Amino acid sequence: MSATLPIPKAQAAQADTPLPAAKRDLAPLLLVPALALAVLPFVSLPTWVTLTVAGLAMGMMIFIMASGLTLVFGLMSVLNFGHGAFVSVGAFSATMVLLPMRGWLEADSLPANLGVLGLAVLVAMLVTALIGWAFERIVIMPVYGQHLKQILITMGGMIVSEQLINVIWGAEQIPLPLPASLRGAIFLGEAAIEKYRLLAVVVGLVVFAAMFITLNRTKIGLLIRAGVENGEMVEALGYRIRRLFVGVFAAGSALAGLGGVMWGLYKETLVASMGSEIMVMVFIVVIIGGLGSVGGCFIGALLMALVANYAGFLAPKLALVSNIVLMIAILLWRPAGLYSKSRG
Amino acid sequence: MEHQNTPKLVSEPLLTLSGVHTHIGQYHILQGVDLVVPRGGLAVLLGRNGAGKTTTLRTIMGLWKASAGSIVFDGRDITKMSTPDIARAGIAYVPESMAVFSELTVRENLYLAARNGPLDQARVDWICGFFPALKKFWNYPAGNLSGGQKQMVAIARAIVEPRKLLLVDEPTKGLAPAIVQSLMMAFRELKDTNTTILLVEQNFNFVRSLGDSVSVMDDGRVAHAGLMHDLALDSALQQRLLGLSLDSHQ
Amino acid sequence: MLIKLFSGDLPRSRVLSGLLLVILLGLLLAPFLFSGARPLNTAATICIYIVLVASYDLLLGYTGIVSFAHTMFYGIGAYGVGIALARVDEPTWGVALVGLGLALLLTVVLAFVIGLFALRVRAIFYAMITLAVASSFAVLASQLSDFTGGEDGRTFSVPEVLSPGFALMENEVFGRAVDGKLITYYLVFFGCLVLFLFLLRLVNSPFGRVLQAIRENEFRAEALGYRTVVYRIWANVLAAVVAALAGALMALWLRYVGPKTSLGFEVMTDILLIVVIGGMGTMYGAVVGAALFILAQNYLKTLMGQASEALANLPMLAAALHPDRWMLWLGVLFILSIYFFPIGIVGKLRLRRYLRQGAGR
Repeated sequence: MSATLPIPKAQAAQADTPLPAAKRDLAPLLLVPALALAVLPFVSLPTWVTLTVAGLAMGMMIFIMASGLTLVFGLMSVLNFGHGAFVSVGAFSATMVLLPMRGWLEADSLPANLGVLGLAVLVAMLVTALIGWAFERIVIMPVYGQHLKQILITMGGMIVSEQLINVIWGAEQIPLPLPASLRGAIFLGEAAIEKYRLLAVVVGLVVFAAMFITLNRTKIGLLIRAGVENGEMVEALGYRIRRLFVGVFAAGSALAGLGGVMWGLYKETLVASMGSEIMVMVFIVVIIGGLGSVGGCFIGALLMALVANYAGFLAPKLALVSNIVLMIAILLWRPAGLYSKSRG
Repeated sequence: MEHQNTPKLVSEPLLTLSGVHTHIGQYHILQGVDLVVPRGGLAVLLGRNGAGKTTTLRTIMGLWKASAGSIVFDGRDITKMSTPDIARAGIAYVPESMAVFSELTVRENLYLAARNGPLDQARVDWICGFFPALKKFWNYPAGNLSGGQKQMVAIARAIVEPRKLLLVDEPTKGLAPAIVQSLMMAFRELKDTNTTILLVEQNFNFVRSLGDSVSVMDDGRVAHAGLMHDLALDSALQQRLLGLSLDSHQ
Repeated sequence: MLIKLFSGDLPRSRVLSGLLLVILLGLLLAPFLFSGARPLNTAATICIYIVLVASYDLLLGYTGIVSFAHTMFYGIGAYGVGIALARVDEPTWGVALVGLGLALLLTVVLAFVIGLFALRVRAIFYAMITLAVASSFAVLASQLSDFTGGEDGRTFSVPEVLSPGFALMENEVFGRAVDGKLITYYLVFFGCLVLFLFLLRLVNSPFGRVLQAIRENEFRAEALGYRTVVYRIWANVLAAVVAALAGALMALWLRYVGPKTSLGFEVMTDILLIVVIGGMGTMYGAVVGAALFILAQNYLKTLMGQASEALANLPMLAAALHPDRWMLWLGVLFILSIYFFPIGIVGKLRLRRYLRQGAGR
C-alpha cells in the first residue's frame, strides 16, 4: 500500500539543472546618473555642477534621516511617524555643544571646526540613541503588530516631543551659523561649490558605506537582512531578535539625530517643528525607495533632491510639486518602490 | 538494508510532551498531546492534514505557546521558554516552508546558523557529501535555488552545528524522487551521529525504514504510539490509522 | 420617529444622552444664551468640527483607514467658496454655489484618484502617500498667492443675507439682533446637523456595515464577495465630500480662508486628537470630543496662562504650562488615550451602561 504520490515530471527535471546566474536589479542604479545627464543639455556646465552638488548634498542629508526609518520598518514592521522627533531632538541637543563652543566655530580653522562639529554630532547621536531606545521599549513595544495604533501613537510622540523642545529650549528659533571654515564656496573652474555641501556629500557617502559594509559583511548585518525576511526563523536559529530590534531602532534614531544636526546647519536655524517639516520628504523618499531597502532609500533621496534642485532652477512653479510627481512616476513604474523587500 | 528495529530504551526520553493544549485564536488545535521522543533514533509523527502535527512542532519550538500541559526537553521544562532560548537548549527546527533566507547566499544561511563561531569546515564537507548541490551553489542567493535544493539548505542549516534534537516538518513534500533519496541518505547518516530526530511526514514509505518509534496524530491528540517496526508489519493497523489519509502530497 | 432620525444608532448611555442633549441645546440656543462674539464663534467652530471629525471617523473608525488628506478636502471646500466670492464684486449665492460646486468636483476627483491609486497598497503606504499629497497641496496653496492669497489668505464678502450689516427684523429677539451673523450661525448649525445625521445614516446602513466588516477582517470581506476596494473608495469620496462641505460652511462663517486655518497640519492633528479621545467608530465621539476640545482650546488656555504666571519662579514648570504649550498636554492625553482609553469617552460611557445593565440583572 503505497503512500506516495507521483511527483510531476517537471519537478523531477528541475532537480538537477544548473541555476541561472543571480539576477542583479540594475535599473534603479542608473536613474541618478541618467537624470543628471538628462539635465546637462539644458544648463551651462558650471550651473550644472552647482545644482548637482546641491542636490547630492541635500539628498545625502535626507538619506541619513530616512535610512533609519526604512530599516526599522523593514526589520520590525514598525512605522515610526514620530521619526522626525529624533531629527529635531538631535539638532537641538547639538546646540548644547555648538553654542557654548561658539568660539571654536568662529575660528577659521578646519580641524577646530570639524572637531567641534564631531563632538556635537556625537552628543546628538548619543542623546537620540538613548531616547530612541526608551521610545521603543516604552511607547512602541506595547503596540507591535498593530499598525493603526502605531501610526497614532508615534504621531502623538512627535507632537509631545516638539512641545517639550519648546519647553526646554524655548519657543523661539535658534540661529545656527555655519562654522567659519565651512562658509562660502570653492570654485571648480566657473562652478561654485559650497563647502558645507561638499562636507554633507562626504558624510553621506561615509554613512552609506558604513551601512553597506555593516549589512553585508558583518554577522549583525546578516541578522538584520535575515530578520527583514523572516524574523521568526531567526529566532528559531537561536537569536534574540527583540534585542536586535531595539538596537536597530536606537541606531536609526541616532542616524536621524545626525541628519538633524546637518540639516540644522544647512538651514542655519533650528525650530522645533523642523522634524515634522522634513517628515514629508523623508516619507516620499522611503516610499520611492521601497520600505525596508537601504539602497532604494539612498537612490530615492538623491533622486528627489536632484529633481527638486533641477526643477527649482529650470521650472520653479513645477518645483512645488516635483516631489509628488516623482513619487507618482516611480510608483507607476514599480508600485512597491524601487527595491521592495517581499514582506507580507 | 538492515536497520535497528528496537530503539534504545536505556535512558530517559529526550523530549516529553504531557497533556499539551494549544489554542490559535479561537481554535483549539492541540487537545492534550502526549508525546515521547526517545534519545537517539528517529521518531516519526504521522497523521492526516489538520491533525495538528505542524502545530505540535511549533509548540515545542515555542513559536506558539502551549495553553496547558508541559514540555520537558533533556530534563528541562521548556514549556514557557522563548524560542531563541529553546533553540539554544539544543533544538533545531526545519519548518515546512523551509524558511531559507532568499536574499542571503547559501554560505550566509549556514553561517548564520553556526551560532558558536565560524563554520566547521570538516562538518560542512560532511554535509556536502550527501547534499552536493550546496557546494555547487555556495555563493548564490538561496532564493534562486529549486525547492529540493532549498530543502537541503534548510536541513544543512539545522545540522551545521551538532544539535541534540532536530524537528523536521514534511521535508519530502513536493520533491523529486532523486532528492528524496538524498534526504533519506542524509537522515541515515544523521542517525549514526546520535542526533535525535522528530520527523513529521505524510510519506509513509519514506519513514517506514528510517523510523524507530512512531506516533500517529488525529484531531489534536496522539491516537497511537509505538515502534515503527510493529506498525510497518501490521497492514491492518496501517489501514486503520492511515488508510483515510493516503492523499498526501500536493 | 426619534429612532428613525438617529438611524437606529442611539447613544445607549444615559450620561452620553445627557451630554449630547446639553451640547445640542447649547449649540441651538448659543446666540441667545451667550452674548458677545467669542462664544458664538466657539459654538460655530464646534458645529463645524463635529462634522469634520465625524466624517473622519467614517474613514478611521468605521473603515479603518488612516488618511492625512482630510484637511486638504476641508481646505478645498473652504477655498472653493472663498476664492469664488473674493473674485467677484457682487457676492451672490450663485457665485458661492458655483465655487462650492467646483470645489466639490475637485474633491470627488481627487478623493477618487487617491483612493484608486493608494488603497490598493498597505495601510501604511496609504497614510504616507496622503501625507505627501496633502502637504504638497498646502505648499501649492501658500505659493500660488495671486489665486489663493498665499500665506495671508483671503477675506471676502458673503451674500447679503449673511453679512453682519443685514438686519432681518428691526427688533431684537431675546437680546440678540437678528442680523446676518445670526442667520449665518443658523445656516452653519442646521447645515452641520443635516450632515451629521447623514453620516449617522450612512454608517448604520448596509454600506456602513460592510465598511466595518472590511475594517475588522478585509480578507474575509473579500471572501464574502464584497469588492473592498470599491467600498473603500466610496468611503474615501464620501468622507472627503462632507469635509469639503464643512470647509465651505467654515469659510462662510469666518469670511476668510487661509492655509493655517484651513489646510494646516494643526487642523489634522486636532482632528486626530478629537477622534481618538472622543471615541473612534462611534460618531457621537466626534460630537462630545469636538465640543470638549474646542471649549478647552478656547477657555482652558486662559487657565493655563494664569497658572503659568503663578508659577513664574519655577521656569521649567511655567514654560510647560504656558498656554502655547497646550498641545503638549493634549499630546500626552492623546497617547494615554490610545493605551488606556482606546474606546474613547463615548466607548467608556457606553461600556459603563452595558456593564451596569449586566450587573443589575
